[in-house]
Amino acid sequence: MENSTDFLEEIAGKEYEHGFVTDIEMDILPPGLNEETIHFISKKKNEPEWLLEWRLKAFRAFQKMELPSWQNFKMPEMDFQAISYYAAPKQKVKYESLDQVDPELLETFKKLGIPLSEQKTLAGVAVDAVFDSVSVATTYKEELKKLGIIFCSFGEAVQEHPELVKKYLGTVVPHSDNVFAALNAAVFSDGSFVYIPPGVRSPMELSTYFRINAANTGQFERTLIIADKDAYVSYLEGCTAPMRDEHQLHAAVVEIVALDNAEVKYSTVQNWYPGDKDGKGGVYNFVTKRGICKGANAHISWTQVETGSAITWKYPSVILQGDNSYGEFYSVAVTKGKQIADTGTKMYHLGANTRSRIISKGISAGNGQNSYRGLVQIGAKAANARNFTQCDSMLIGDRCGAHTFPYIESKNNTATLEHEATTSKIGEDQIFYLNARGIDTEKAVELIVNGFAKEVLNKLPMEFAVEAQKLLAISLEGSVG
Amino acid sequence: MLSIKNLHAGVEEKEILKGLNLEVKPGEVHAIMGPNGAGKSSLASVLSGRPNYEVTQGSVTLDGKDLLDMSPEDRAREGVFLAFQYPIEIPGVSNINFLKTAMNEIRTYKGLEPLSAKEFLALSRERQKLVEFDAKLVNRSLNEGFSGGEKKRNEIFQLAMLEPKLAILDETDSGLDIDALRIVSRGVNKLRSDKNAFIIITHYQRLLDYIVPDFVHVLSDGKIVKTGDKNLALELEEKGYDWIREEAIH
Repeated sequence: MENSTDFLEEIAGKEYEHGFVTDIEMDILPPGLNEETIHFISKKKNEPEWLLEWRLKAFRAFQKMELPSWQNFKMPEMDFQAISYYAAPKQKVKYESLDQVDPELLETFKKLGIPLSEQKTLAGVAVDAVFDSVSVATTYKEELKKLGIIFCSFGEAVQEHPELVKKYLGTVVPHSDNVFAALNAAVFSDGSFVYIPPGVRSPMELSTYFRINAANTGQFERTLIIADKDAYVSYLEGCTAPMRDEHQLHAAVVEIVALDNAEVKYSTVQNWYPGDKDGKGGVYNFVTKRGICKGANAHISWTQVETGSAITWKYPSVILQGDNSYGEFYSVAVTKGKQIADTGTKMYHLGANTRSRIISKGISAGNGQNSYRGLVQIGAKAANARNFTQCDSMLIGDRCGAHTFPYIESKNNTATLEHEATTSKIGEDQIFYLNARGIDTEKAVELIVNGFAKEVLNKLPMEFAVEAQKLLAISLEGSVG
Repeated sequence: MLSIKNLHAGVEEKEILKGLNLEVKPGEVHAIMGPNGAGKSSLASVLSGRPNYEVTQGSVTLDGKDLLDMSPEDRAREGVFLAFQYPIEIPGVSNINFLKTAMNEIRTYKGLEPLSAKEFLALSRERQKLVEFDAKLVNRSLNEGFSGGEKKRNEIFQLAMLEPKLAILDETDSGLDIDALRIVSRGVNKLRSDKNAFIIITHYQRLLDYIVPDFVHVLSDGKIVKTGDKNLALELEEKGYDWIREEAIH
């Protein structure tokens, strides 16, 4: 019989499923970063002057900033001059319909299982697909338009709804928030934009699919979601990248604004290429995601399933400004091989009666290192604020690590804060028990891990949940004996 | 059905089973008794394929197939069921989902279609009733927070669902009060048929008042040293094991 160590050796050998490269004609800016790069991008996107200025302001801030050093891993060296900041499939004109999209590109999205063509879309998920730097197609746009919902690429929003972009861009994640957010603000090339007008509930899940294809490129997409008063939207994000020996940088920014009584659910399944078993290649995922419950009774919920990337560094946060507003964070992070995840959330309670709930599930296998880092901050005016935090860690094998860094800062003594944490190990006895009922080891791990992560997976929209379960199973294939 | 020949096995080079022989035919119930450390639970472990047990000599076949060559899951799929002495807790995995997975894995192995959700639930309800298993426990996480008795009864419920050829009950009676013991025994008796067989490992004669065995074997120092009918169990209860050891030596 195979013993645990054999299985653990096998784990990193598991092939990354989305590691194919698409052969397509690309417009690529040579590597390098200076003000000219930014002028080039801004011009390429036909941007108004104010946006160029904002980018340049961010770039100047970026130049003065240093890489962070507080995280629970050694920051790899990053040569920002070696990255190409713009890569786009060559195109003559803007796509009017899907028929004009390069079939090779459509094939790629098909391989990834994204229903780009509307006929094939079964469940009514509207998809905006970002391939390297540009948004390729947005499905269902017309139907959403009838409700007044704007769902388009960021670039398009800049052209067609500049007043909205100008009003909200950088209001949640300022241009100089942190070094990666500043870099993003300077060079972002596309992303998604969502606006839900007052009183409208989006009838379908809105979804973006990101893919890094070209070598030596970074992906710097920017997403801005605005839910006006009494509006509701559920937004999904998925990501993959081909296998490359070099590390690729992904430094995205997501900003969410929820006005009075608005609700935004944001779900991510992140499966960027994690690198090989020796830690060669893989995506550096340094992402800033933040939402603000600007109005009373607003509600923002983050759900993330993080299985990919060599390094994940992200803390989707909520600023609870409106009274009675509610922030949630549900996370499953898997690390195996040489993967590192330092992830968690920040909940800033500013308004009265604000509530937040944090459920974090970390799974570590192989030599993977998993850190939960969370901050719950209660402001002086946040009377009766409440937070519940639960962090559970599961270890598979004896070479991985789980770490927890919960921070609490309270300036109001009416606040109620709860914190629970557990660490468990998938035991040989659990596996054997399931084996003895006819369930093989891989399926047993799948059952145990999905049971462990159930509370988070249940928060995902139905089809995404099924996919996420499969993804968890695949990423942990062969990790226990 | 089951044929064990000259079985030598142990853990970390310590030999525990030292030449054990046993033949079990369909429809039979074999009780295995013996003093602490005789190798009773080791026999259950070796038959079910628990890791760390090493077989150094001998053979075990189930309907002619070499059992020792199979993974634990394949043994289960071939029809070996071990009711654990200490059932394991698995948080977050519902009892029913676990059973459905187990059942469909076994069915797939046998080339059968998986049961539909409806068929499965109907079967589950029927078997819950048969073995008097509390419906509330069916949807809870597998054994999590179950009392000792509830865990043992869950083993019998699983047994009723999976319908193995050969069920090995490893000290299922330990930790059960008299009511639970009766319920577990009634369940086992209802599941007995001329197609399946039971090996019942126990310290006490008490269980055998309820589940009447066809054979009683005494295991001592890794070997079966005496075999009799149900009366042997009564005799052991009265006289202890020492006289058998004496007998075995002479």
